[in-house]
Amino acid sequence: MDTKQELQVQQKRELDKKEESTIPVRVFLPTADIYETQDALRVVLEMPGVQKGNVEVHVEDGVLNVEGRLDLTKYQGLQPLYTEYNIGHYSRSFRLSNKINQDKIGAELKEGVLSLTLPKVEEAKPRTIQVN
Amino acid sequence: MITAFADPLDALFNLQRSLDARLASDWLQDQTTSQGPFPPINVFQQGSDLLAIIELPGIDKNSLQIQAQENTVRIAGKKTISYPEGVSVHRRERIFGEFDRTLSLPVQLDPDGIKAEYRDGILALFMPRSERDKPRTIKIS
Repeated sequence: MDTKQELQVQQKRELDKKEESTIPVRVFLPTADIYETQDALRVVLEMPGVQKGNVEVHVEDGVLNVEGRLDLTKYQGLQPLYTEYNIGHYSRSFRLSNKINQDKIGAELKEGVLSLTLPKVEEAKPRTIQVN
Repeated sequence: MITAFADPLDALFNLQRSLDARLASDWLQDQTTSQGPFPPINVFQQGSDLLAIIELPGIDKNSLQIQAQENTVRIAGKKTISYPEGVSVHRRERIFGEFDRTLSLPVQLDPDGIKAEYRDGILALFMPRSERDKPRTIKIS
């Protein structure tokens, strides 16, 4: 495959909320990669501008919910001249197909990329069955 | 007038609105010559200087190359994503590859004064205007 492939700008997708907030701020969906290993589900989310400590991750009723809040103080006193993207908080939910061991969820935020490791519970791990 | 009920959401809403108002404004016109429009750039004024804020999550700082001249700034680099072997991929939305973009500004910069900072997936370029380009107050005699 050609590695010099030109990068295209991804349009940010907005979150469709069930309830609207009274002030019509926009919330964006972080772009996600999800892959499964033998023991865990790994979810990688891009949330540029979100600092450690401003991320919340829950799993409830088989739904993974991730929220990232942006720190707006950096934008104080700045006057936009030319813009190509908008900013906002991030939120996204996924319905999980595997049973997850909630006590052992691992999260790491590095350079605006949140990596979650959701370990599968023992019974959900694939087993090799010997045929005699 | 006192603004009652100062709400952080209100501050975000106002910021979102002001960013929208300048969306692809003609301030740079067709001057952002490039090989493709990645990464997306916002340009702000901070006092008499300029500040570009560029969203580039998950980049190795050492792969970024920034070159500045009097009125152009070139940002080039490579974004790599690796998946461990033997995994089954459910979703692949993040993009990766090489990028090379030149921002041409309608003002003169002080190339030696440009500072770049990469933090939390955001590249910030502080671009001071050159002294001779700064506005002068003219006294009426």
